[in-house]
Amino acid sequence: MSRLPAGQRHAVQFTLNGKPCSGEAEPRMLLTDFLRHRIGATGTHVGCEHGVCGACTIQIDSELARACLTLAVQIDGCALRTVEGLAPAPGRLGILQAAFKRHHALQCGFCTAGILMSLDTFLREHPRPSEQEIRDLLTGHLCRCTGYTPIIRAALEAAEELSGDVSRETSHA
Amino acid sequence: MKPAAFDYVRADHLDEALEGLGREGGDARIMAGGQSLMPMLNMRLARPKTLIDIMRLGELARIERKGGAVIVGAGVRQAALLAWPELGQALPLAAMALPWTGHAQTRSRGTVCGSIAHADPSAELPLILCALEGEVHLRSAKRRRWVAARDFFAGMMATNRADDEMIEAVSFPADRTRCAFREVARRHGDFAIVACAAVATEKGVRLAVGGVADMPMVREFPRLEASALDDALNLFAYELEARDDVHATARYRRDLVRRIGAELVREVLP
Repeated sequence: MSRLPAGQRHAVQFTLNGKPCSGEAEPRMLLTDFLRHRIGATGTHVGCEHGVCGACTIQIDSELARACLTLAVQIDGCALRTVEGLAPAPGRLGILQAAFKRHHALQCGFCTAGILMSLDTFLREHPRPSEQEIRDLLTGHLCRCTGYTPIIRAALEAAEELSGDVSRETSHA
Repeated sequence: MKPAAFDYVRADHLDEALEGLGREGGDARIMAGGQSLMPMLNMRLARPKTLIDIMRLGELARIERKGGAVIVGAGVRQAALLAWPELGQALPLAAMALPWTGHAQTRSRGTVCGSIAHADPSAELPLILCALEGEVHLRSAKRRRWVAARDFFAGMMATNRADDEMIEAVSFPADRTRCAFREVARRHGDFAIVACAAVATEKGVRLAVGGVADMPMVREFPRLEASALDDALNLFAYELEARDDVHATARYRRDLVRRIGAELVREVLP
């Protein structure tokens, strides 16, 4: 058993997008604040802070998670993936990101990081999703700009491309 | 929207979690997936002095079939139960209700027992536990007891769990294949405005309603002619003492109970 007293900072070690990472957090610190303020990974956004809006959605050990409903101290020893891990190289976009750009699937971009992480996880397990499956997945996110239709189009096109049904010029640098 | 300060305890053995609860009682809270408790902490509706994390206890993460029941341990995530290959055959009602429980992004973390411990009156898992007449397995450092679902829930987010007890598992009667579930929510995955679950019984049908009263409410109906059934459902709808809130009026909730109730009764009693 380990007891981490309130009001003290405790070491948290994990991997972030494949690279070893560490920081210190009080028990009450949310993973959202830890990632943004202690680690400096500001791609993960903070919206409602009670698990409803989906802006802070990330992957913990390959499973989807709301970072705002996770304590930083809980992820000790875990593998985290955030939106910063999606691009194959600096200045280039991943297939899903490129599809979002083509379809204008984002306007202000606040919700986008979380939606990309949900889709990235889902498409890996469901390479040929139906539109209804994408719509079901998106019920876990709130977007107040696009009206969702371009997001669904981008997701379906990215799925085709990722599953090898379509080849496309992927340089959007 | 940040939690108040607490000590965080990561239990490596179940005994440690139980001893902690025995020592600190109501000042300590068990946390499993955190998908109900973390919002309560963030909004400071819950302010425990100690949080005991049980998710590293592999022994709690088991789904077992035992004597006509499916026993779901306190560490089993909702997504894990939904992905259990035997679910459709053993617990078809859970297979119908789980896709309505939160979103994919919360089912991946939230546990079955955690939702039942939280006892939100709109939640699907307490509802189907009541509809199936399941049991809650409570455990403290001193004793174990099994409580019927109908005796476990005590009101809005209130249960008859003692301060030194935790839910070790919940038990759902298996193979109740004549069952049905339906829900109306503002957005799929949000809390239900009305959710209903029906299970065929020897004499007729058991209907459970969530989202209306302070906790899931269950009523047994014998086989009835259409007009008699409508009357019985109308009476039941009024007895639930629905209230108006920002999501729906009491009248709309009663109407949903009557309509969905009648649909489900017809589905399970062909």
